[in-house]
Amino acid sequence: MTRFIVKRLIEIVPVLFIIVTLVFFMIRLAPGGPFDAEKSAPPEVLENLEAYYHLDLPLHRQYLMYLGQLVHGDLGPSFKNSNFSVNELIALGFPVSLELGLYALAIALVIGLASGISASLKPNSARDYVPMSLAMAGICIPNFVLGPLLVLVFALWLGWLPASGWDGPLHKILPALTLGAAYAAYVARLTRGSMLEILSQDFIRTARAKGLSEARVVLRHALRGGIQPVVSFLGPAAAGLLSGSFVIETIFQIPGLGRFFVQAAFNRDYTMILGTVLFYASLILVFNLAVDVIEAFLDPRIREEHRNHA
Amino acid sequence: MPDALQNGEILAQEEPARAEKGTSLWKDAFHRLAKNRLAVGGGIFLAFMVALALATPWLAPYAYDAQDLDLGAAPPSATHWAGTDTLGRDLFTRILYGGRISLMVGFAATGVSLLVGVLYGAIAGYVGGRTDSILMRIVDILYALPFTIFVVILMVFFGRNMMLLFLAIGAVQWLTMARIVRGQVLSLKRADFIDAAVVLGYSRRRIILRHIIPNVLGPVIVYTTLTIPNVMLLEAFLSFLGLGVQAPMSSWGVLIKEGADVMEEYPWLLLFPSLALSATLFALNFLGDGLRDALDPRAAKD
Repeated sequence: MTRFIVKRLIEIVPVLFIIVTLVFFMIRLAPGGPFDAEKSAPPEVLENLEAYYHLDLPLHRQYLMYLGQLVHGDLGPSFKNSNFSVNELIALGFPVSLELGLYALAIALVIGLASGISASLKPNSARDYVPMSLAMAGICIPNFVLGPLLVLVFALWLGWLPASGWDGPLHKILPALTLGAAYAAYVARLTRGSMLEILSQDFIRTARAKGLSEARVVLRHALRGGIQPVVSFLGPAAAGLLSGSFVIETIFQIPGLGRFFVQAAFNRDYTMILGTVLFYASLILVFNLAVDVIEAFLDPRIREEHRNHA
Repeated sequence: MPDALQNGEILAQEEPARAEKGTSLWKDAFHRLAKNRLAVGGGIFLAFMVALALATPWLAPYAYDAQDLDLGAAPPSATHWAGTDTLGRDLFTRILYGGRISLMVGFAATGVSLLVGVLYGAIAGYVGGRTDSILMRIVDILYALPFTIFVVILMVFFGRNMMLLFLAIGAVQWLTMARIVRGQVLSLKRADFIDAAVVLGYSRRRIILRHIIPNVLGPVIVYTTLTIPNVMLLEAFLSFLGLGVQAPMSSWGVLIKEGADVMEEYPWLLLFPSLALSATLFALNFLGDGLRDALDPRAAKD
């Protein structure tokens, strides 16, 4: 297992290198630049700005300089927020996005698992149909529709919760619900499907015949296998939670990394774009690895496969 | 020579049997689908939306950019069924035109992903060996990339044109399709009728196009139906961030964005476009779920 993890960690480096190279040349070869908005500035000022950020050098030299900085863990200064380095901006924004993401994930897992298990225990009853119809709604109502609708009802009409911002616990309820809803829906559907399959198998009958309590049969024997599709889903879900946060943070005006990224893209803030993309990519790669490890932990057959391939 | 004869005989015997099984499979699937009321309802609703989108230029009560600044944003009434936006443009008309764009992006980008994914998966699965492992390794790596981020960067930097939108969204969606097709092809490859085609000396190209692809159609249809809502969501997501279709044209995503900005004063501007998008997504998902249950009964429900 250790060998498998080490091998996968080493594989992350070339993937990140490809991403940096791709994004670097993609954004640099495109028309426009970070100082377009400052057209009124005299040409000498612009020249100075460009020289300060080394934008006057040939592109391949800038690329090599950037890589050199990267090796030292330095993502460079932000072009737009000139008082901050990209590292500082990520350190400011990420904890906020992480907190939001964790709440959303918790909502998704608690609601999704509970309603999925409950539905699978009584299929084709009201306990199945009601949560599964809600799950379908969760999938078909996108978060950028759900968010404004929740704000409209709970903030503007009822006045129970604040419409935007990120100050107290009350501010966090609507964004977390909006971000988590679709994932709760997917988790519920996945759990129901796999639990239905597993609950019909022989070893469950055996467990029941042994006289184990229903709770023990469901939660210990069935859930261990039933949760596996949910675990596999967590990899793509993490990526989705990250990009979902672009929209949520924009709607609720939350000072997180997602909003920084979208602003950086619009401002053509080269270093900030590259920095956030790299950060997101490493996060997703590490998360995918973690998912593989958890899967192996749950299923001995997968562990065996890793051993053979490593 | 006797070998060739024998194979010819086997082929001759198998051909009618396979054809018969084939029709009954599709007929069976159709019956199962017809019994699923949600799926049928979804299909009918979808056909209705597509018909509306096609007939929009003749149906729309107003021009999509006709402004009535004196009227401004008015709530739904007899003359403006869904009300008007802040520039006095008829919302019902704009939803019709927006639906045209949203559906077109949905179908066209799904088409791109279908073409790339099916070909890529079929080649990887059929050629096998090192080609397969290299091709699938590429898919694995691409899976790990933060694609939404790439699409956002692409749209910001290279202008918001429709072709690019199709390509960018199609490029995100083909990976799963390639995986599904490859898996199917791998199991098909060992089927007798493929051996027969090889023995008959058909070219690889002909075997892939004429023998393999028609046989992987079931799962491909199912997955395509489920890709369209994803694509429409992605387009709406981009439009919501201000990266989609440009004014004065609009898609449902653009309308939702405009509605969300003024929802406190004019909630109908948010509600009606949201309703149009969500209802279409419901219809597509119900139809897709129904098709999966009908065509691919063993597939896990996810």
